[in-house]
Amino acid sequence: MAKHINLTLHVWRQKNAKCDGKFVEYPAENISPDMSFLEMLDVVNEGLIRKGEEPITFDHDCREGICGQCGMVINGRPHGPKERTTTCQLHMRSFKDGDNITLEPWRAEAFPVLKDLMVDRGAFDRIIAAGGFISAPTGSPQDANALPIPKENADLAMDAAACIGCAACVAACPNASAMLFVSAKITQLGLLPQGQPERYLRVRDMVAQMDAEEFGTCTNHSECEAACPKGIKMENIARMNRDFIKASLTYRPATIGGGGAG
Amino acid sequence: MELNSRIPDGPIEQKWDKHKFDLKLVNPANKRKYKVLVVGSGLAGGAAAASLAELGYEVECFCYQDSPRRAHSIAAQGGINAAKNYHNDGDSVRRLFYDTVKGGDFRAREANVHRLAEVSNNIIDQCVGQGVPFAREYGGLLDNRSFGGAQVSRTFYARGQTGQQLLLGAYQALQRQVGLGTVKMFARHEMQELIVVDGVAKGIVTRDMVTGEIKSHLADAVCLATGGYGNTMYLATYAKGCNGTAIWRAHKKGAAFANPCFTQIHPTCIPVTGDHQSKLTLMSESLRNDGRIWVPKKKEDCGKPASQIAEEDRDYYLERKYPSYGNLAPRDIASRAAKQVCDDGRGIGETGLGVYLDFEAAITRLGQNKIEEKYGNLFEMYERITDDNPYKTPMRIFPATHYTMGGLWVDYNLMSTIPGCFVLGEANFSDHGANRLGASALMQGLADGYFVIPYTIGGYLAGIKPGTRIKADDPAVKAAEQTTAERVQKFFAINGKETPTHFHRELGKVMWEFCGMGRNEAGLKKALQRIPEIREEFWKNLRIPGIGGEVNQSLELAGRVADFLEIGELMCLDALERRESCGGHFREEWQTEEGEALRDDENFCHVAAWEYKGEGQTPVRHTEQLSFENVHLATRSYK
Repeated sequence: MAKHINLTLHVWRQKNAKCDGKFVEYPAENISPDMSFLEMLDVVNEGLIRKGEEPITFDHDCREGICGQCGMVINGRPHGPKERTTTCQLHMRSFKDGDNITLEPWRAEAFPVLKDLMVDRGAFDRIIAAGGFISAPTGSPQDANALPIPKENADLAMDAAACIGCAACVAACPNASAMLFVSAKITQLGLLPQGQPERYLRVRDMVAQMDAEEFGTCTNHSECEAACPKGIKMENIARMNRDFIKASLTYRPATIGGGGAG
Repeated sequence: MELNSRIPDGPIEQKWDKHKFDLKLVNPANKRKYKVLVVGSGLAGGAAAASLAELGYEVECFCYQDSPRRAHSIAAQGGINAAKNYHNDGDSVRRLFYDTVKGGDFRAREANVHRLAEVSNNIIDQCVGQGVPFAREYGGLLDNRSFGGAQVSRTFYARGQTGQQLLLGAYQALQRQVGLGTVKMFARHEMQELIVVDGVAKGIVTRDMVTGEIKSHLADAVCLATGGYGNTMYLATYAKGCNGTAIWRAHKKGAAFANPCFTQIHPTCIPVTGDHQSKLTLMSESLRNDGRIWVPKKKEDCGKPASQIAEEDRDYYLERKYPSYGNLAPRDIASRAAKQVCDDGRGIGETGLGVYLDFEAAITRLGQNKIEEKYGNLFEMYERITDDNPYKTPMRIFPATHYTMGGLWVDYNLMSTIPGCFVLGEANFSDHGANRLGASALMQGLADGYFVIPYTIGGYLAGIKPGTRIKADDPAVKAAEQTTAERVQKFFAINGKETPTHFHRELGKVMWEFCGMGRNEAGLKKALQRIPEIREEFWKNLRIPGIGGEVNQSLELAGRVADFLEIGELMCLDALERRESCGGHFREEWQTEEGEALRDDENFCHVAAWEYKGEGQTPVRHTEQLSFENVHLATRSYK
């Protein structure tokens, strides 16, 4: 058994979106290095509840790094010090006895703090609703093998599709830009033949919604790529920009069709 | 209580077609006059909400997570089955049907399983159409791999993230409808009550998890797609938020609960490291395509590193016991075999509760690159959690609670014993019998959501006059809202000393010990005595800080644990009353000489559906007889 460690946490506490927040210090004692970061917070929270204090609120669900619900800024880095790792997959063996750890929520205008470390990422859902899909009503598609897709394209689409929507990219970006997230979806669908009919409409609609949500613009800092737990690449942003330019140049307002026969 | 399965007449291959034709239709212009609530946004709920909105119904969808994209279907790793037979290896709808009925140890309904196998192919087409990036071969066609309990390769996959990709496909279809205004999405909302008027489901009460607001939503039909109740065991591969609350509260309003004791313990999970453990992580069954499971032959070797144990001193027990299926024996069988070797004192790791999953042979045969391409993300995840490199040393794994085959009883239309309340996906009981085969959960969730409910709900709604929804001032609505508000107040009023997690953990220990991989009469009786004690202590000594009118995760958890403390008791009662072994339900009193499950078809070839009789009352066990006309009852053998 590895030796247990003691830590000091500096945690952002904020009652709700309207109140101001502040840092509060909590000891985290007798922590096993085998614990996950969130299990360490569970231990602290159990202690707080037993004392009648309010536990630290944080989002989490699957705790296996795939749902994208967890995420906090740990010592200034979204999801903490380990590369390609979500907060829930970070383990306490990444810390030393006596460490001070600062915990903050994702900070971005588009993500209001709901409580403590929990933020509202509804903006991401609204961007997908604006165009992050292929219109394929249930029952309409043809046989799955009727449309061969080169393995390379399928693999690249999969690389982009691995995004978990955690929003660490936004939290890491000095401009709070959502372009890594948006471009990952545009790349995935744009690389596939099924995605071609709506390709340019999609990029226009998603970018318009992204702007409406007041995310910033990419200025090539690459902090997003470094913070991304799923290794989503900046090259997706280049693909998105190329499609966006083409979409802007070829844009024609929709014309209203004539009435049907009958 | 009447259990009418409404299985259509005729040969099994024609039942679903005939039924689709016989179901009444709702005129396209009338569809928008009906409102349907979908609780849960996973594969079943997300697919249902999107598909029903596409048809023209007014839909409201609810999830407890911050976005419908988080539902725990996302965590499924390995794949989804379909009878495409793209690889010319002898697959067919009939074979998938046969394998699933046999895999479920003859405790599923034949007609439902056949329908599942029939629509499996449509699911793959649908997902590809949505842009799901399934794995492909160099020719551009879809690739397959093998899963447990089958001798054909019928599993479609997207690296180790199949569930994620399928869920995002359904989520995108759902968001498209949200954008079109046909679905109203309520994220961070938790269902608290089912509103039932004159025995018919007419709406739900929710709690807004951000503001604490308690509100009713009224509709013409309600679909519960809220997943399984495996978190009753505390430690499980479920997401932390997964819960049995929606189905349990529907059960208390009259929905029968079927086969609650049928729980799947998955053989390949990362072992427990200590008391702090909050959940367990699965290592996909697909790893058994190339990984070999073993323990030392001799107890005294268990402390040695794997590399120092010679080949002839290793017991590849699955290959030895089940030569024709080998490491791809079905989950219940592989889990039980792991328990047996550990009980025998040959388990590995600090706790002695572990077995090796070894890739050395596959790496030698195929090269590390090939293994990395197939399972890279799983190997990474394993290393992140355990700090061990599985390319160098074998993985250590142990079984863990993963899925519940039991759930609310539904008829062929997926309707529970409450008219108007439909149940989809893992939340119902219908397709997997006593054991689910790998890669079949994704198939069932999507089948129910995309291809079953859009037909069957029409048949129900066609019988309701449009515009007859109840009003917000209906006494049933007020009563359901009041029950919810009172429950919240009750939690705060206890003002005891212990956390909700404490009671959850206590319950989990009892469940795992007495209602886990091995069950017996004495143990189950002990659990049935112990669970009410924990529940009493919970209601006396629980502490919930904060208030109800804002984000309060302790309050949310308390509500779920209160229900687990009741579900756990029903699971044990059902396990006690089912005096046979079948699939994942292993009653130690009923086993063959070789330690395999011994079914009692004469007395237990039925579904047990429990009726709630009120607080403190013993629930009543009803049965639905199962008949096997197409797959003949036989002892399940994978030897």
